[in-house]
Amino acid sequence: MNHKNCYYLFLLILFAWSCDRQHAGVSSLLIKGSDTEVNLALSLAETYMMQDEYVSIAVTGGGSGAGVAALINGKTSIANSSRPMKSEEIVLAKQRGVRPQASVFAMDALAIVVHEQAPVRDLTMTQLGAIYRGAISNWRDVGGPNMPISLYGRQSNSGTFVYFRDSILRGEYARQTKQMNGTAQMVEAIKNDPAGIGYVGVGYVVQKDGSVLPGITILPVREHEHSPAYSPTNLDNITNGHYPIVRPLFQYTNGRPDGALRNFMLYCLSEAGQRLVAESGYYPVSKRYWAQNEQVLNFSYADATTR
Amino acid sequence: MQTRQLVDAGARWLFFVAAVLSVLILAGIFGMLLFNGSRAFPAISWVQFFFSSNWNPSAYGEPSYGILSMIVSTFLVTIGAMLIAVPLGVGTAAYLAEVASPRVRLFLKPTIELLAAIPSVAIGFIGIVVVGPFLAKVFGLNNGLTALNGAILLAIMSLPTIITVAEDAIYAVPTSFKEASYALGANKWITLIRVILPAAYSGIIAAVILGMGRAIGETMTVLMATGNATAMPRGFFDPVRTMTATIAIELGEVPYHTTHYYSLFAVGAVLFLISLIVNLIAEQIAARYRYKY
Repeated sequence: MNHKNCYYLFLLILFAWSCDRQHAGVSSLLIKGSDTEVNLALSLAETYMMQDEYVSIAVTGGGSGAGVAALINGKTSIANSSRPMKSEEIVLAKQRGVRPQASVFAMDALAIVVHEQAPVRDLTMTQLGAIYRGAISNWRDVGGPNMPISLYGRQSNSGTFVYFRDSILRGEYARQTKQMNGTAQMVEAIKNDPAGIGYVGVGYVVQKDGSVLPGITILPVREHEHSPAYSPTNLDNITNGHYPIVRPLFQYTNGRPDGALRNFMLYCLSEAGQRLVAESGYYPVSKRYWAQNEQVLNFSYADATTR
Repeated sequence: MQTRQLVDAGARWLFFVAAVLSVLILAGIFGMLLFNGSRAFPAISWVQFFFSSNWNPSAYGEPSYGILSMIVSTFLVTIGAMLIAVPLGVGTAAYLAEVASPRVRLFLKPTIELLAAIPSVAIGFIGIVVVGPFLAKVFGLNNGLTALNGAILLAIMSLPTIITVAEDAIYAVPTSFKEASYALGANKWITLIRVILPAAYSGIIAAVILGMGRAIGETMTVLMATGNATAMPRGFFDPVRTMTATIAIELGEVPYHTTHYYSLFAVGAVLFLISLIVNLIAEQIAARYRYKY
């Protein structure tokens, strides 16, 4: 090895050593999981790191399934998941000595999107399920033009895929469903497909002022055949619970969190955290999940608001 | 013993270890694929695995593990790619070796080899934003993310391999063959088609099969650009989900040591066997052509 190489090696070692020094006394947290939540988790982590310099948080996506698998395999502090863990996953986790605890840090609404020239005006939850199961395969059967329905879904490692299957389809996806790599690809495909239908997070397609991304139409959804159709473009419909496709976004931890991990999660639920949630296109945690959060994180919403 | 002899022996030993290591790694990978893959089989029947076309391990109800439509998808995309890439690639190779002036050749050859340097993600992206929408418009499809899209992109990716190997083969045809042909009054075209290409035949076949191996194993591009529907494709205009894409999509989500996890290794083992066979055939043919003249 010549002198120049020696010099570079020395620099490299010095660099590695200084990195190490910087991290002394800093607790580092890993968050992995849902692609739906990754941007939200990132902005929560960034703002939190600004106020607490002793914590470093790394956020990665990969899908809810990837997050849960990482939690089971002991490779992440928080698994972000847009679906509840499956019972097999919980059994498996327990076999590995991991005790998953779920808290809810935000709510997400899914919008049903179709082409700009919408083939129908609205759909019921039953119709939606039948369309994605393949039981209805032509727009004619739901009051639209005679045109085969072209189905777009997410990939099977996506929590949105699982949520939609378990809550809307309650059965298997039609096998013709094209599995898109992400929300952006789904939206691009729908823009160009007059017979297409897809589902995406409302935050992605509705701007803060309530306007919709150009090139697509968001279909209003009816809970039942005779109930009124509600559109998620009106944010009130989501917060007051009229819009039916709303799901909780989970943070899974191994056992009840403590220390830096708990502090970060409490920050997510704090007023500042929830404001950030709303600004990022999601909705504050519904009261239904408050008790669960209080139990897991060992705090009280009442105290938190009076503080 | 002298120092230089010692160094010599040391180096010899070092390179031996390096050579053995790569063989060991290959054997290790294959062993691990087979071992993990075989553990899926008490839970899945062989018949279902190879002959059912329903792959749905994360099902709402009963999971199913049939890889038939994946195998068909993989071959559909690969054969489609070869149908496009072989005429183009062999034509280009013939042009480079026989027709092009040295200056043109000096410019074209490195450019074509540069094509191999484009990352597969970039090619996949081009498939999503350029080729896919174009195909949809031309053929009046709902969506361009189809087997045809994947075939075109894989053809582009396997072109450098095919051109480089085929060009070497054509270039290696002895000049005496050409001279004999010209002496009999044949023109350049006839010489190329009737004499040079048949003489380079085995090398060209090797080039095609190497290109095919490249296409079979490609993951990112097909994952991004072929729509990934699990249904059995009926033709080039249907979306497909190849074996590589399935492994790439699902291995990240799967909890370790479950049937689903082992079944993905089994898919990997099948894929490994297919590309092993393809490569062995290529080796055989290539070896034959090396010693022909």
